[in-house]
Amino acid sequence: MKPKVAFFDFAGCEGDQLQIANLEEELLTLLGQVEVVSFREVMKEHSDNYDIAFVEGSCTRLQDEDRLKQIRKNAKIVVAIGSCATIGGINSLKNYQDLDEVRKTVYGDKAYLFDTYAARPIDAIIPVDAYVHGCPIDREEFLSVIKSLLLGKKPDIPNYPVCVECKKNENVCAFERGQFCVGPVTRAGCNSCCVNEGTICWGCRGLVDNPNENSQKEVLIKYGLTVDEAIDKFKLYFGWQERKR
Amino acid sequence: MKDKPSFDVEVHHVTRVEGHGNIYVSVKNGTIERCEWAISEAPRFFEAMVIGRQWNELHHITSRTCGICSIGHTLASLKATEAAMGITIGEQDLKLRKLALHAENMQSHLLHLGFLVLPDLMDVGSIIPLASSHPKEVKTVLRLHRLANEMSNMICGRTTHPQRLLPGGFSKIPTMKELTALRDRLKAAIDDLQAVAELFRSRIHKFPDFIRETEFIALTNPKEYALYDGQIASTDTGTAPVNEYLLFTNEYIVPHSTAKWAKHARESYMVGALARFNINYDLLSPLAKKTAEMFKLKPICHNPFMNNIAQLVEVVHSVEDSIKLINELETAGLRSQPEYYKPEVKVKAGRGVGAVEVPRGILFHDYKYNEKGVCIKANCVIPTNQNHANIELDMKALLPKIIDKTPKEIELTLEMLVRAYDPCISCSTHAIKIHFT
Repeated sequence: MKPKVAFFDFAGCEGDQLQIANLEEELLTLLGQVEVVSFREVMKEHSDNYDIAFVEGSCTRLQDEDRLKQIRKNAKIVVAIGSCATIGGINSLKNYQDLDEVRKTVYGDKAYLFDTYAARPIDAIIPVDAYVHGCPIDREEFLSVIKSLLLGKKPDIPNYPVCVECKKNENVCAFERGQFCVGPVTRAGCNSCCVNEGTICWGCRGLVDNPNENSQKEVLIKYGLTVDEAIDKFKLYFGWQERKR
Repeated sequence: MKDKPSFDVEVHHVTRVEGHGNIYVSVKNGTIERCEWAISEAPRFFEAMVIGRQWNELHHITSRTCGICSIGHTLASLKATEAAMGITIGEQDLKLRKLALHAENMQSHLLHLGFLVLPDLMDVGSIIPLASSHPKEVKTVLRLHRLANEMSNMICGRTTHPQRLLPGGFSKIPTMKELTALRDRLKAAIDDLQAVAELFRSRIHKFPDFIRETEFIALTNPKEYALYDGQIASTDTGTAPVNEYLLFTNEYIVPHSTAKWAKHARESYMVGALARFNINYDLLSPLAKKTAEMFKLKPICHNPFMNNIAQLVEVVHSVEDSIKLINELETAGLRSQPEYYKPEVKVKAGRGVGAVEVPRGILFHDYKYNEKGVCIKANCVIPTNQNHANIELDMKALLPKIIDKTPKEIELTLEMLVRAYDPCISCSTHAIKIHFT
């Protein structure tokens, strides 16, 4: 019997589920291996009977926790897909601000109607079995994770910084070009895709498990940058991870 | 005499749309007691998130408002920043940006038409059963979608959340060889598009013949079918500069929606492919006009279901116009630029508004920067927000006409109405209201 899979989304841009639609021909192959029983973005049918749940988006309000817990109860395996779900993502930028003020700025005197709390990854609420990092996720990595899960193996996710891949790609270091880059502390696996396109690493895959703070400081000193500048760049994607540290 | 119907329709999270929206209908003895389009998506507070961030980060952050129209958000963001600081871009970069926008419009429209709308026309719940019942048609849609994605990738460095687009230009550009290869594939895609158009024509009777007069708003430009740039145009009140967008959008809050609603000259207005088609029909490419004729689609069309067909017409236009843009780049000779290019920008204080036609309609980004280039105020008005009121009023006008159908048929028809707008609810709950003084 084909494993039953389901897709769910919380606060996010649905760009990760889009990458699954973007598999195109490979999606047809994948559909030969699994049975999709729930995927609101592309199908009308829905069932709560599934083996693997893929969850996109952050949890940003108390009322969404129950839905997450129910998904955990129904699924044998829960996979977080995309930065918002794996690390809190860009949503956690708002965590640095007074959330009552944020609500008032947005909804004025109707703020009481709109609940919110600090944006967080889904493993802040429920145990998560596997992660597909990135903003958005990489289609190939998604396929490789799903293959591992179907074979009963633990997906192989790099735990070294983006710099390793970036060097292999022979990019000119962003710091050498006078730009600030969070590649030295960010988890690899993206093949340094943003730097390859001429920009910087923004940190969307989150911090590696043990970021080397001393070497990051050395980089800052070497290029005449301040800790404040580093912290400011960390805020883009590491909001929740930094708070936990 | 027939009994007057009593029933409830509750669609908790309409499927095959982007984001979370609900339909609530309650009919007692033939009287409509409730007919509501409600948005339950978790709000995300982007306009608060960008406060305190640098001018060269805003396009990266606001791109994340929407996975499907991330190129459009990036472009609106760049245009706002560039307007605020008086940054100009060259003719070549302008053409490349237009290609990026075409790629996204094609990708988004094809995703909507093929994955989200087609199942309704074929009486199934998703594209999955169609993959085995209609493999040829599904593969044609997938092939076109792939082409649009590869085009985004070639111009922007990624299919979603572009990397190469920067204030003042591009960090990296494609080679002429890549562009001419793309042109060959675009030319070859015209037959595939013809096949998709024939498929939709054969099922067009599935769309209700429903008319409700409304106001349409889109960018307009005397030189071209406006997507990247233009003035604001309304079918009710004429044109106005982009800086006056707040006079058009007038956002307000309703309790049953985490997204804001908008109104202008009437109780509601519509933006998107049909609005653009109605306002800028004359400037469509020849094949696009032919495609419209296949469906007897003419301006001004007040049937919201025909927004689907206007999207199809626009895909054809985007293919033809992209071929034209690549020809122009070739004739002018593509100028190369240094690797890791960082356009020179003189940072200064100011306010700027950027407007772009994205797949679902007119999008505004409005930023205010201090002298250090730090964002101190931001406002984004999203196409779907501008459509919410129109969707609900359409539902209210459509329901009495179909009230004698079964609740299941009513549910499907109302869902099809919502889908016709191709709502992007994640976008529309990005949220905020800040008024500039």
